[in-house]
Amino acid sequence: MTRHEPRTQGKAKIDGGVASDEKHDSARKHVSGEAIYIDDMAEPAGTLHACLGLSEVAHGAITGFDLSDVRAAPGVVAVLTANDVPGDNDMSPTGLHDEPILADGRVQFFGQPVFAVIAETREAARRACRLAKIDYAEEPALIDVADAADDAKLVTAPLKLERGDSAAAIAAAPHTVRGQMRVGGQDHFYLEGQIAFALPGEDGDVTVFSSTQHPSEVQHMVAHALGVPSHAVTIEVRRMGGGFGGKETQANLFATIAAIAAKKLNRPVKLRPDRDDDMTATGKRHDFLIDYTVGFDDEGGILGVDFTYAARCGYAADLSGPVTDRALFHCDNTYFYPAARAVSRPLYTNTVSNTAFRGFGGPQGMVGAERIIDEVAFALGRDPLEIRKKNLYGTDDRNVTPYHQTVEDNVAERVIAELEASADYAARRREIAAFNAKSPVIKRGLALTPVKFGISFTATHFNQAGALVHVYTDGSVHLNHGGTEMGQGLHTKVAQIVAEEFQIDIDQVKITATTTGKVPNTSATAASSGTDLNGMAAQDAARQIKNRLIAFAAEAHDVPKDQVVFLPGRVRIGNREIPFAELIGEAYMARIQLSAAGFYKTPKIHWDRDKGQGRPFYYFAYGAACAEVSVDTLTGEYMVERVDILHETGRSLNRAIDIGQIEGGFIQGMGWLTTEELVWDGKGRLRTHAPSTYKIPLASDRPKAFNVALADWAENAEPTVHRSKAVGEPPFMLAMCVLHALSDAVASVAGHTVCPRLDAPATPERVLMAVERMKAEGAR
Amino acid sequence: MTEVSMTVNGKAARASVPDNTLLVDFLREHLRLTGTHVGCDTSQCGACVVHVNGRAVKSCTTLAASAEGAEVTTIEGLANGELHPMQAAFKENHGLQCGFCTPGMIMSATDMVARYQAAGKELTEEAIRHELEGNICRCTGYHNIVRAIQDGAAKMAAG
Ligand code: FES
Ligand code: FES
Repeated sequence: MTRHEPRTQGKAKIDGGVASDEKHDSARKHVSGEAIYIDDMAEPAGTLHACLGLSEVAHGAITGFDLSDVRAAPGVVAVLTANDVPGDNDMSPTGLHDEPILADGRVQFFGQPVFAVIAETREAARRACRLAKIDYAEEPALIDVADAADDAKLVTAPLKLERGDSAAAIAAAPHTVRGQMRVGGQDHFYLEGQIAFALPGEDGDVTVFSSTQHPSEVQHMVAHALGVPSHAVTIEVRRMGGGFGGKETQANLFATIAAIAAKKLNRPVKLRPDRDDDMTATGKRHDFLIDYTVGFDDEGGILGVDFTYAARCGYAADLSGPVTDRALFHCDNTYFYPAARAVSRPLYTNTVSNTAFRGFGGPQGMVGAERIIDEVAFALGRDPLEIRKKNLYGTDDRNVTPYHQTVEDNVAERVIAELEASADYAARRREIAAFNAKSPVIKRGLALTPVKFGISFTATHFNQAGALVHVYTDGSVHLNHGGTEMGQGLHTKVAQIVAEEFQIDIDQVKITATTTGKVPNTSATAASSGTDLNGMAAQDAARQIKNRLIAFAAEAHDVPKDQVVFLPGRVRIGNREIPFAELIGEAYMARIQLSAAGFYKTPKIHWDRDKGQGRPFYYFAYGAACAEVSVDTLTGEYMVERVDILHETGRSLNRAIDIGQIEGGFIQGMGWLTTEELVWDGKGRLRTHAPSTYKIPLASDRPKAFNVALADWAENAEPTVHRSKAVGEPPFMLAMCVLHALSDAVASVAGHTVCPRLDAPATPERVLMAVERMKAEGAR
Repeated sequence: MTEVSMTVNGKAARASVPDNTLLVDFLREHLRLTGTHVGCDTSQCGACVVHVNGRAVKSCTTLAASAEGAEVTTIEGLANGELHPMQAAFKENHGLQCGFCTPGMIMSATDMVARYQAAGKELTEEAIRHELEGNICRCTGYHNIVRAIQDGAAKMAAG
């Protein structure tokens, strides 16, 4: 052994590099209860607690506002109204100035925050809240989009996509079908509810610990509300207990109120609404009413489509513009339309302002595409899978979307073919037909549906990210980036990428809380882009440092740069190998900068919204799923017997995490399309505001057999980080196969001659109603 | 105010608290045992499950006073130097994403395994799914949670 031979020599591979099944970075802390969420932080002495007072009518002017009993209640320290907002009483994320923090003179939905009580304890604040006496002059309220007039108010400008002359194509088509579909909304039900904890500082400063996917936006909102520059506001989040889009803009309300109160009273203030208030006062997935017309030929080839996507946006725009845009971007799913027209109607309603939710309008868009496939199939008496395959995008032709982007990376056909084989579709189709012929009450259904999901924020400027990497003199690494951790494993993946760059074990890389003080002007951790953007930025930061180290080592040891090679745990310089930490020590002594800010912006993308043309997406993610269900046609109750999934994640950075996203996304999507039903009454009151009435999937709802596979041949056609693909949202839409399997089972009642037009969520009631309709129509 | 005293994770705990203090608040605020989470406040999500005298209970709807004299175990008390086999199984099987449901899941899991073992019944996959009816997870789709419980149960049986 030479003197320089290090301990680490011989190690073939680092622990936790890319393409390893590294555990979630906080797994140990989660299982031992040591992971700290915001509500777990030690509260400084003097911490106060806030509770929101919510409106009790859906629309109207406030005519009487008596808060004297609230102020007099035990423990109450202050009551805030719109007048107490020192800066701008607005938290509209798009600058439309339509979303007051606290209602100012009028309310526009049942549950709108009108005032906030700040008290010594959370319970005192909650009790005092109930003592407010508010009178309203009620005005007519629009709750449901089905009741909207033709000229109804929109919350933001609609979008139109147009390619070819769809009206002419439909008119000339041998067959046409026109119909309407209703698709329900969804509550996020992140298990950790919304929370903000504000600590006042000197000058105008405030630090807010906020459970948010978008710290930079919270920073801007708090700064506007306080009337201070952004530099006075620091937002920090180590982890969320789930987000799913529900903490992209919806955290703003809680953070601004906590910050205003903290600055006003010069005491720490925490705001954690209870679950009912959280569900009542925060936005959800948009429900849609989709009108469609499809023209097609005798073989089931689609010739032209026309879609109108009307969405219940609530009283303010929030993200409804981009959400309804993304619905249109996915009205094609994996299918080529020779002529297409699609328009959005982002409708104003007197309900909570709906917001981002995993898929961001994409799922609602795709459900429309799959409905027309069903229509064509039933009209011609074909298996819907045959119609699906017939209308897929091509690779060299038939590959332009309704928004004029060419699909360059199409693998839908291969994914479908492999899944069709592995799920044994054809044989099961025959078995099910035989089973149904003999089974009068229980009917089985089968469906295989594909997914193609566009990756990138459609607002081009959001597609940028920053990261900060420090290497300390002992060789340990501090990693910070603009993305937030909500359970999806982003921090783990980004740490894997940095470990890989330096060729050090992942436990040498410390992942730190996201804070606006370290990486500024970040985008939301959303649009599935967390790893694509932040992983690249972190890789850039690490490479900058690495390049400095290479230049230094080459010069110091008088070897060419290409003879400085990072090996697992060590660096080979010429014919000498030294531990990574030793090189760092030498570099420090030679005054080499060991810190770097990394940056990334997605190339190639552009989008002209006025024209409805461009390349909004860098690439697409693909997958397919096949479900088999059994339906009790006397009660509408059903079971998901088996689900097979094949999904492609490019070259997966972490298969275990990706498979977890697929399983979790699928089940969440299944909840959306089956059991999760939001019900507003005529007064605009949400009646499903707790898990007792709002049914998210339980362990027992999961398919009896559940086979999930990653396409191991996949790699991203674009040079993304290690050629991986985004995985946060796309699997959500795999759950469409459950809706269509239910539709298939229902259709069997009438011999598959009538399209069941099963709307979502396909609750047992809706399934039963569809069965009854089939019986009636089938008998005709 | 009420005097409450109980044994929490093997240590005596005593405090004078308002009569309506919930067990979860006693644990989180008085004892700073914040591994027990609050997800719904209304006995439906299971994030707050702890053991009281060896049985799983939802601490968000249990009064601290009703645990007077009891032996309480929280997620923090489960590990004994090294992780409890069920904790290790959740970690090894990727039985978590955001982790918020995890402590409650593990406390429910150890309780169900103990009950089935005591009754000499087999804890089948179907039984696990049924037993988890009071524990909601919004992230994982339950697949890895169920796998973790099967694995943890096997490890617990092995001693
Ligand atoms: S917090 Fe106790 S069951 Fe949800
Ligand atoms: S891991 Fe997030 S709720 Fe279960």
